[in-house]
Amino acid sequence: MNQRVPSKGTPIASWRRLAANRMFLVACLAATLLAVLVLSALLISILVDGWSSLHWDFLNSFASRKPEKAGIKAALFGSLWVVATCTVLAVPMGIGTALYLEEFAKKSRLTRFIQLNITNLSGVPSIVYGIIGLTAFTRLFGMIGANDAWSIGSEESFFYLRLPFGPSVLTAALTLMLVVLPVVIVASQEALRAVPKSLREGSLAMGATTWQTIWRTTLPAASPTILTGVILAISRAIGEAAPILVIGGALLIFQTPTNLMSDFTVLPLQIFNWAGRPQAGFHSIAAAAILVQLVLLLIFNGTAVAIRLRLQKPLQ
Amino acid sequence: MSNDTIARTVPVRMSSTSTYGSANENATNVCLRLVHLESWYGSFQALHGITLDIASNAVTSFIGPSGCGKSTLLRWMNRMNDTIPTARVSGEMTLDGEDILARTVDVVDLRRRVGMVFQKPNPFPKSIYDNVAYGPRLHRVYSRPDLDELVERSLRAAAIWDEVKDRLSQSALGLSGGQQQRLCIARAISVDPEVLLMDEPCSALDPRSSASIEELIAQLSSSYTIVIVTHNMQQASRVSDRTAFFYEGRLIEFGETEAIFTNPRHKQTEDYVTGRFG
Repeated sequence: MNQRVPSKGTPIASWRRLAANRMFLVACLAATLLAVLVLSALLISILVDGWSSLHWDFLNSFASRKPEKAGIKAALFGSLWVVATCTVLAVPMGIGTALYLEEFAKKSRLTRFIQLNITNLSGVPSIVYGIIGLTAFTRLFGMIGANDAWSIGSEESFFYLRLPFGPSVLTAALTLMLVVLPVVIVASQEALRAVPKSLREGSLAMGATTWQTIWRTTLPAASPTILTGVILAISRAIGEAAPILVIGGALLIFQTPTNLMSDFTVLPLQIFNWAGRPQAGFHSIAAAAILVQLVLLLIFNGTAVAIRLRLQKPLQ
Repeated sequence: MSNDTIARTVPVRMSSTSTYGSANENATNVCLRLVHLESWYGSFQALHGITLDIASNAVTSFIGPSGCGKSTLLRWMNRMNDTIPTARVSGEMTLDGEDILARTVDVVDLRRRVGMVFQKPNPFPKSIYDNVAYGPRLHRVYSRPDLDELVERSLRAAAIWDEVKDRLSQSALGLSGGQQQRLCIARAISVDPEVLLMDEPCSALDPRSSASIEELIAQLSSSYTIVIVTHNMQQASRVSDRTAFFYEGRLIEFGETEAIFTNPRHKQTEDYVTGRFG
């Protein structure tokens, strides 16, 4: 029997197919170049503006009315405190939620409802979270009373706590936690879903409990991807100014935080503040602060890549 | 498996004991007993009234066309179907006289006693050593020398020790497919199970690796009760003492492998083992 299938369509000239191929290549390259171009323009203009102001004293002094004397010590330490606290709060909670939804919960109407809400929350503008933070954390819904209604420990101690939290490092961390939680949850869920079912089955078939399977197999296999999501989330947290502004981050502050209840400011807030002033000197130090912020981000991402490579090694 | 390779008369191991020395005197002892087992996925009934006894320390193979329920049946034997929300079961299944389908059964302990090897080798992305030590570490706390010894014994039992003894700390994913599958067998026997379930353990392997796995199954059958699902009828005839033929969720015929392949009582069985369909 003749099994050949005759072709009937009109042939497309090969030069046309090759031309289309080349055009698409050029289009993609142009898109990439545009992104690189915009980024380098940004970097160069900031470097030109800020490089002269960037020196040790700038990193090591507090705010001042005179731009040449002002520094970012408070903002730098404030950012580190807030982001570290936020990470400690958001990562376990985010991964925990993802584990519940992916590994424990049966797929039901309730879990689908939770899922839908988490996805929606990641699209809420961060300033809205700032308003929630102001009500819920700064003032604790007014349930406890005014500032310092209740406190434990001395104000200088690392373990000082007070209710309501007021405009403190903890309030900022909790608020940023709300901002980044959806990102951490969704990224962790994706990472868990990417772990092959055969690994889980292999573990369960050895007589492992669900938790043993998660702790010894699923999480280690998912951790490099989870980490990528966490870093994206933290990078977002470190760049947020709006919610911090709403919950009452300080603008002029002359000390670094000593505990979770300390007043604080963060780099983006400091940049926002300086960039909005009329004097040119402040614009220059705002640019220098942006440089510091970029370096901080670079260190974060670099560390993450290094950890990820280490974690991925046994997989290859 | 293409049809023309099995269209000819399937070569059958005539003397079932000599080559592999598996069927020992206790072969008549029942290890797993299934009475009128039925199973559903949602509203689809996958198994209809399966009744059969699986003998201790012997190899029982399940054959049948795709979708006939043989894997489903296998996965009830260690309750792996518990992970599928829609899967249900009724009827009776006992392991050494104990009901293993009851809700109250400790599936963690059951799965230690009934090990499983999967279709595709699924070593963990860990070192060879940690793969084998995974199971023991789940159930007990070991001293390092004890664990070392256990790992070596398991790897030797799975006939892979000589190939991996110099690279125990290297990733298991660097092994070939056949080696990975033998590692998975070593992993399964490291927790001292009574039964080994094998779900088409050779279907992802090349013929040489398959042959080494078959040889291993024969060696292991003196110490373990082995149930193997296979699409390869020559394999069933080579490795197993008894064979069960399933079709559309029903057990059509069950008996000595030799009888099933040379003198089947049912037309469907004959058609299948001679390659007329399947």
